[in-house]
Amino acid sequence: MTGNRQRHSPLDEGVVFHVHGVTKTYQMGEVEVHALRGVDLDLYQGEFTVLLGASGSGKSTLLNILGGLDTPTDGHVLYGDQDLTRASETELTQYRRYHVGFVFQFYNLIPSLTARENIAVVTEISNTPMQPEDALHLVGLTKRMNHFPAQLSGGEQQRVAIARAIAKNPDVLLCDEPTGALDSKTGIVVLEALQHVNQELGTTTAVITHNADIAQMADRVIHLADGKISQVDTNDTKLSPHELSW
Amino acid sequence: MRVQALAIAMVIVSGVGIFIMSLSTLDSLFETRENYYRNHHFAHVFASLKRAPLSLIKRIEEIPGVDKVETRVVAYVNIDVEGFNDPVSGHLLSLPSKSAGQLNQIFLRKGRLLEAGRDNEVLLSDEFAIAHGLQAGDKIRATINGRRKALTVVGFALSPEYIYQIAPGAMFPDHKRYSVLWMSRKPLASAYDMDGAFNNVSLTLIKNSNEQDVIDRLDALLKPYGGVGAYARKDQLSNRFLSEELKQQQTIATIFPIIFFSVAAFLLNVVISRLISLEREQIATLKAFGYSEFSVGLHYTKLVLMITAIGVLAGTGVGVWMGKGMSNIYMELYSLPFMIYVLKPQVILAAATISMTVASLGTLYAVRTAARLPPAQAMRPETPTVYHATIVERLGLQRWFSQPTRMILRHIERRPVKSLLTTLGISMACGTMMIGGFQEGAIDHMVDVQYRMSQRGDLIANFTEPTSFRSLYSLRNLPGVEHAEGFRHVPAKLQFEHRSYRTTVQGIQPRGDLMRLLDTKLKVIDIPQQGIILTDYLAELLHIKTGDMLSIEVLEGSRPTVHVQVVGTTKQYLGVNGYMQREALNKLLKEGDAISGAFLNVDEQYQRDVYSKLKGMPRIAGVVEHSSAIKAFYDTLAETILFFTFITTLLGGSIAFGVVYNSMRIALSERNRELASLRVLGFERSEVAYILLGEMGLLTLIAIPLGMLIGYGLSAYMAFKFDTDLYRIPLVLGLNVYAFAATVVIASSIISAIMIWRNLAHLDMVAVLKTKE
Repeated sequence: MTGNRQRHSPLDEGVVFHVHGVTKTYQMGEVEVHALRGVDLDLYQGEFTVLLGASGSGKSTLLNILGGLDTPTDGHVLYGDQDLTRASETELTQYRRYHVGFVFQFYNLIPSLTARENIAVVTEISNTPMQPEDALHLVGLTKRMNHFPAQLSGGEQQRVAIARAIAKNPDVLLCDEPTGALDSKTGIVVLEALQHVNQELGTTTAVITHNADIAQMADRVIHLADGKISQVDTNDTKLSPHELSW
Repeated sequence: MRVQALAIAMVIVSGVGIFIMSLSTLDSLFETRENYYRNHHFAHVFASLKRAPLSLIKRIEEIPGVDKVETRVVAYVNIDVEGFNDPVSGHLLSLPSKSAGQLNQIFLRKGRLLEAGRDNEVLLSDEFAIAHGLQAGDKIRATINGRRKALTVVGFALSPEYIYQIAPGAMFPDHKRYSVLWMSRKPLASAYDMDGAFNNVSLTLIKNSNEQDVIDRLDALLKPYGGVGAYARKDQLSNRFLSEELKQQQTIATIFPIIFFSVAAFLLNVVISRLISLEREQIATLKAFGYSEFSVGLHYTKLVLMITAIGVLAGTGVGVWMGKGMSNIYMELYSLPFMIYVLKPQVILAAATISMTVASLGTLYAVRTAARLPPAQAMRPETPTVYHATIVERLGLQRWFSQPTRMILRHIERRPVKSLLTTLGISMACGTMMIGGFQEGAIDHMVDVQYRMSQRGDLIANFTEPTSFRSLYSLRNLPGVEHAEGFRHVPAKLQFEHRSYRTTVQGIQPRGDLMRLLDTKLKVIDIPQQGIILTDYLAELLHIKTGDMLSIEVLEGSRPTVHVQVVGTTKQYLGVNGYMQREALNKLLKEGDAISGAFLNVDEQYQRDVYSKLKGMPRIAGVVEHSSAIKAFYDTLAETILFFTFITTLLGGSIAFGVVYNSMRIALSERNRELASLRVLGFERSEVAYILLGEMGLLTLIAIPLGMLIGYGLSAYMAFKFDTDLYRIPLVLGLNVYAFAATVVIASSIISAIMIWRNLAHLDMVAVLKTKE
């Protein structure tokens, strides 16, 4: 095991997330599932991280906890100086609202709103949003602005979802299998959009995937297996998405 | 799946329950009345006369078509109940000893029948006894032909002839101030000089006999003996009131289940569609295995029909239970001696057929929609539904709407039929509730017009027979009487062309203060010196117009037939009459200045004194007091209306709740993913709720004015259906009626919203990200 396992205090410079001793157990029928079994991890400002693991490795659970959608059974998650494990439902909502941008595997766009409106729905409730048109420009969809999700391809829908996630100028962008429902060609376009945002805006980005190829575009790759971090790699030379193939 | 099945079953249970309750109650009422009439030998033809020897019976029996004949001695009396000072009048009927009578048999509720040879025994009507808390063995006093007599109450009875007990001249039953009494024939006959004679006859007819022919022959027989015209059962007062009541019940019992059942059918459809759409993947899997669309449809139809069958069964149980409860309430209300609960198989069959048909059609339609996709596509995530900008937005109003508001508008427009039906369902709830309030307001208005604008006297004193106008002075001179106006009432048959109607012609004082006629705008009209004014409804019945000549056959005295010009119509909600100037009527009858009674205004302080003075006057047959009659009427009515309002509110509220809650519940389940996604994006629960509840709120707001229109329409329909010569119900809907209906609808929606709000707390944000719907 190599890499970054030493402890950081919440105030350590550049640390956005500080995860310490996080476990997550839940009941599934009569079976007790240990999704996370003691995870320690720091994520840094502006970093593009890939959480890599097979299904059932606990990567989604970890992302959900980071995103304030779930709470750990044990351990602590600090976002800046805010302890997410002790936050109330309202505080978690505020946290998601002002700080986190989400991109989901199945896009989760609002079907009754156009591409532009799908972004506006988020910017309307944010503090320092960009214009929905600008966000769409960043993902190269200016021309499809007034189309409804039903009129967009899967890749386009995912790019709208990315635009929606970044339009509020989030501190952190969390992506759950963003290419999972797409073919590789479209997937690459989407990844390019993510990388573009990360580089242009410096948004801390965490992408979870089971696709090892995607890991090559990350600053750091965190391998998860069986609810634990099994390995952390730092890429000295990142590949750009169009160099990837799967 | 269990929740959905339960929802389907619940909708059916309530729909079937209400349906069976309404129709079985109605059937029970009709059956009970029929049975009561048959078993107690309620007569087919009735006649009153002055006096005829008993030997006439034989000739009556010989009229072709007559089955049984019973004669009676009948008299109007004043009654004294200890501790009750108001004037009480009674209708005293002779009854054979130890018998319930041959025709119009009484139902002995308590005590015993009359014993032979005991002249002071009397049976009282059960309602009167209850109103006064009388027991068997108690004593009352009655003024019989001018003589006060102490009577012992030996029992309490009901009679098919007096299901509705209304004093002559009164419009409403008042069980405290009017009673029917039964007494042995001998003492009654000797008091009225009727030994070996009778003044009242009832008879039954052989099947398929000609009723009108019997009446004509009976009239001819009785004419020399002062007969005032025989009439058939359909014109018998109590039976008429009851028939009108039952007709109203029939209207209500048809309207309500139809509304409720159609709402239930809509809900059923909604719930089934949801159930099937949740089964989308299974349907695709079955199709992938090679099942045909038809066999998949059949499978789900069987499933839904099984749930429906359980619902119908349970609904029948609930319906029977509620129907029995309702029937018993009506038994009390109409003073029926018993209630035969009738559940016709065709009622259950109809409920089952409707439920099954709606359920099957809904299932097949939903399965078709679900099965239309090729299996592979069905197992992939559903492609997003196609939406468009709504009309309002295209009108350029878009920039005023936030994204959540746009979602609401577009979602409504996306499924116009569903939105429309939901709105209609809520409107129906609103409209249903207005019926209860409408009845109350209408009756207030009727009473107001009748007793505060038209008949304004405190008391009506009726003489035993037409009396000289001079008697009015003796009434005017009673201390406390402020004003008195004499009137002349004559029973008559009014005829125009081939249409005729039996009623009274009232001779009243011109420009009088205590009896005024009103036009359609409720302005007082003057009666001209010549001619007759008819109640507007009577003019319609006879198809007669102002200027036409009306033929009046007087049913009293020498029974002349005269012709009088109709000079106008008057607006009246209660009863139908003809009105003339009293002197003109006297002249027409070729009599002197005669009056039948007087309207009196009495100083409240002296009211008791006036009562007791009137009671002591032998020529006074009875006194009707308006305020107590109105109060008694309201007391009875209040119960009925309260009950009715309770039922309509419950129905309306549950319809509103059923539609709103189910629609929102299903919307929540359909849009679970969308709403959870918004929660993930940082929307607060209230913001998410706005999207879901806002849609329903908007539909509710549209539904309320629409519902008010429906309520107005339903009320107008009922007012129209309820119009009879006994009374006309004015279409009066106060603001409070609208406000109440709207309030209940809004309250039901708020309750549903609160329940949905709690569900929103459990939106599973994590699951929704991992599922593809």
